[in-house]
Amino acid sequence: MKKIIFAFSFFTLIGLGILQAQEDLAKKGLEIATKAVEADKGFGSVGVSLKMVLKNKNGQISERTLENKIFELDEDGDKSLIVFTSPNDIKGTATLTFTHKVGSDDQWLFLPAIQRTKRISSSNKSGPFVGSEFAYEDLSSAEIEKYTYKFLDQKGNLIFLEQVPVDPKSGYMRQIVTYNAEQSYRVEKIDFYDRKNSLLKTLTYIEYVLYKNKFWRANKLKMVNHQTNKETMLEFSKYDFDIAFAENDFTENALRRASN
Amino acid sequence: MRLMLLFFLFIVLRFGHSQDLKKVSGIKANFELELDGEYRYFYNQGQFFGQKKHYPSIAITPSYSLNWNNGYQNFTTTVFFIADQDTKRTYWDIREFYYQKAKNNWEFNIGLKKVFWGVAESNHLVDIINQSDALKSFDGEQKLGQPMVQFSWYASKMGTFDFFYLPYHRIRRFAGTRGRFRFATPIEDESITYESKQNEWHPDFSVRWKNYFGPVDMGLSYFKGNGREPYFEFDPLGNINAFYPYIDQIGLDLQITANALLLKFESIYREAADQRFIAAVAGLEYTFSNIDGNGLDIGIIGEYLYDERDAFALSGLQNDLFYGSRLAFNDINDTAILLGGIVDLDTETNLLTLEASRRVADNLNMTLEARLFDRISSQELFLLFFKQDSFLAVSFSKYF
Repeated sequence: MKKIIFAFSFFTLIGLGILQAQEDLAKKGLEIATKAVEADKGFGSVGVSLKMVLKNKNGQISERTLENKIFELDEDGDKSLIVFTSPNDIKGTATLTFTHKVGSDDQWLFLPAIQRTKRISSSNKSGPFVGSEFAYEDLSSAEIEKYTYKFLDQKGNLIFLEQVPVDPKSGYMRQIVTYNAEQSYRVEKIDFYDRKNSLLKTLTYIEYVLYKNKFWRANKLKMVNHQTNKETMLEFSKYDFDIAFAENDFTENALRRASN
Repeated sequence: MRLMLLFFLFIVLRFGHSQDLKKVSGIKANFELELDGEYRYFYNQGQFFGQKKHYPSIAITPSYSLNWNNGYQNFTTTVFFIADQDTKRTYWDIREFYYQKAKNNWEFNIGLKKVFWGVAESNHLVDIINQSDALKSFDGEQKLGQPMVQFSWYASKMGTFDFFYLPYHRIRRFAGTRGRFRFATPIEDESITYESKQNEWHPDFSVRWKNYFGPVDMGLSYFKGNGREPYFEFDPLGNINAFYPYIDQIGLDLQITANALLLKFESIYREAADQRFIAAVAGLEYTFSNIDGNGLDIGIIGEYLYDERDAFALSGLQNDLFYGSRLAFNDINDTAILLGGIVDLDTETNLLTLEASRRVADNLNMTLEARLFDRISSQELFLLFFKQDSFLAVSFSKYF
């Protein structure tokens, strides 16, 4: 009997120990992710031009250009305005998004041909953004609340976290995210695993530039789909951290104006 | 009309020059040109003398815009030219010609502009600011430029208020002798008169309030002035007498966005000396997104249409059901298909629609359109004139 009790206590202790260790890993993961988000806080307003280069498996290329304005909000997710500037048939098509830390985002789409504004569903997280390898969820604002975290490893200044999306509609089972501890915990790379847990895509952050002595922004984001061999490169230019947006710049009227 | 254009031009230039253009370094000019070639094929012999089967047409849409002051000031102009077999369908229109200035929480617009209101897909009830370009499109989504002064005011808790002063009414133009979608006797432009003594120069007013509360988007509108839809009277000999009534209209549009489900409702109450009625459309749209893991979205749309005018509803949508499906492939070529039909629950008239579009090369788009009048009941007042007008159309649009 003593033996049994002893054995039982022993395994319980080990069990608790494992649980404790897992809790520690989760805590450490959350700490790092929080530091990364905290380090990027306070940019206020930013405007940027983007070029999107889509490459199919035969190497054929097509391009889109867009302008993006982001207005940072602390109490809730950011507000964002995107306008397509090419190709010409979708020029002036624009979206207004109010992201939320918890729950679905609010999103409106403006169609210039008939001057119509539509409220659209934002529940399609896993679908591709304008035929690219970026899913909608890959482009939404970074919020702590969107994932659960687990510390995996640290090699030099690189920290590896496993992040599991909270939203069941996410197209991913998990992501392995590489943070750079020496550079304000900026993200260097993300490996995306699909719902069957096979490696789907890799996102690499290229040519980081430091703005305002605080905010790291990569000039290029390269997304490679390992299952289809398709690629999308996002090239950022004309970062402007000196503008000051107001709530008035993110209304339905502002959405229509942006299309001009 | 010409006088008014000069007036707008004057205003635009005046406002333009009051800015010290040298100081405004961020002035951006943009010129674009769209060239469309369309081929419409009506496979049934026309019902009326002069109607053809083949209708090739060509359209040119140049547009020029200036924006400065970080986009808070804009000048936009878009002109549309089209040449068709039907001389009435050979025309031009100034779609847009306006100056816009935004500051803090207000926006001011003056000139010819397009404004769209509403949420439904099958009928656009509350949408009243612009006259429909009935010659260009069957679904009422193409519009003529409307002269206006628009003032918008926004407050974060209260939403947006839009005030419109509309000094001039644009007539709806209908197909000529050689055109399809015409009545037995083609309607001449001058034959539609006005109830208002000031005719087309009656100053119309409109106001709209729009706001959103979480998943709910809501708009309330009021319009007073010359109606955009002509009112038709038939004499015992079958002749048509038509005029633009002087109307008061209240409109409500509502959408609830519950994840992948959109619930939509639009309703109007219109009052005129000869007519007062309610019309409404209620429906839903549900989207199954990314169902193949490659981005294919399939949307299911259903809408019920009601109009108290019954047979006198110009659209013929008095107790009808719209059913449809929207396929968006979200591919590099932006391929999209909209399939649908409208069935009349009283008369069993059935109209089928297909619209598909795809980018086939850089700056070149292809569109397919089909409208099939499957069954037109003999009880239909307006649609009966179009019973032979099922068509297939293919068009290419080139962007420069």
